[in-house]
Amino acid sequence: MTQNVYLYLIVAAITLYAIRALPMTLIRKDIKSPFIRSFLYYVPYVTLAVMTFPAILKATGSLISAWAGFLAALVIACVDGNLFRVAIGACIVVYIVELFL
Amino acid sequence: MLYIRGWELSNEVQKTNGYWYKKGLRDGIPIAMGYFAVAFTLGITAKNIGMTPIQAAVSSMLLHASAGQYAAMTVIATGTGYLEMIMTTLIVNLRYLLMSCALSQKAGSEMKAGHRMIVSYYITDEIFGIASAVEGKLNPFYNYGAASVAGPGWTIGTFLGALLGTALPERLGLAFGVALYGMFIAIIIPPAKKNKIICGIIVVSMLSSSLFSILPGVKEISEGFKIIILTIVIAGIAAWKFPVQEEEGKEGDREK
Repeated sequence: MTQNVYLYLIVAAITLYAIRALPMTLIRKDIKSPFIRSFLYYVPYVTLAVMTFPAILKATGSLISAWAGFLAALVIACVDGNLFRVAIGACIVVYIVELFL
Repeated sequence: MLYIRGWELSNEVQKTNGYWYKKGLRDGIPIAMGYFAVAFTLGITAKNIGMTPIQAAVSSMLLHASAGQYAAMTVIATGTGYLEMIMTTLIVNLRYLLMSCALSQKAGSEMKAGHRMIVSYYITDEIFGIASAVEGKLNPFYNYGAASVAGPGWTIGTFLGALLGTALPERLGLAFGVALYGMFIAIIIPPAKKNKIICGIIVVSMLSSSLFSILPGVKEISEGFKIIILTIVIAGIAAWKFPVQEEEGKEGDREK
């Protein structure tokens, strides 16, 4: 392992901050183009959906409990939609299913 | 219509920074719990490559990016140089550039540069998710509230993971593993119920993402790149085929 851990971390932190801050600070005005506006409107849905599935299937100890957690989250989100209750509900379902496996 | 818009505006003004900070705190709690579990495993990784608990905690305070941090640890473990660190960080975390673009619009022209610079520091997948789901324009204090619970959750989790290693009851850790995904689902599903286009986009995104993780040739593509490619392609096609209809002068409203 390298000796300059903190120097490496600072280099990574500056690079990461640049990626996060440049668009946010440089694009100050509302974008007028309907295409870009629509594109940016859809970005969160695509990004979050892509990150969730199929990654969630590997998030627990087994495929069965992961599917149970995924379906539970979908159902609770449809009925309720509260962030906390969906997240905890999915965790509880996974925990219970894992008990039986 | 004018009357309704005026009413919304005055209602918006009544919501103070304190209101948004508290709302951020509340929405940040599930994030903090999910972070704690994920960061714990990250801390174990940090310990395995020889980082001290303090170094692991500092990396979480500075970077707070799961895949990005994992990649940074790989570079540190092999000591391949600062240029390598910059390149790896750029590639693995490029999706934040897209999120930052989207947030710049959500923030609206009234958010000052100082607030924008602080909000940028804590753009993570999850905080981006909840911030883009807020009704109307984004108040920076919402992000501050969320970050002030999620941040410690992430840092303390990493620290304890590096310190205690595999001492946490395994089943509990496994169950918390789905918390963050559960939250993503809670963010995207309610709007999808009201909007068929969003619903279709989510289904297509999940199927494409699955194909990318199975098909030979593309399955070697890193998670970070996969997210960027699919986001640009799918959101691009959706924007081209289904441009968002907006009323004159009214900002894009995610509830529609």
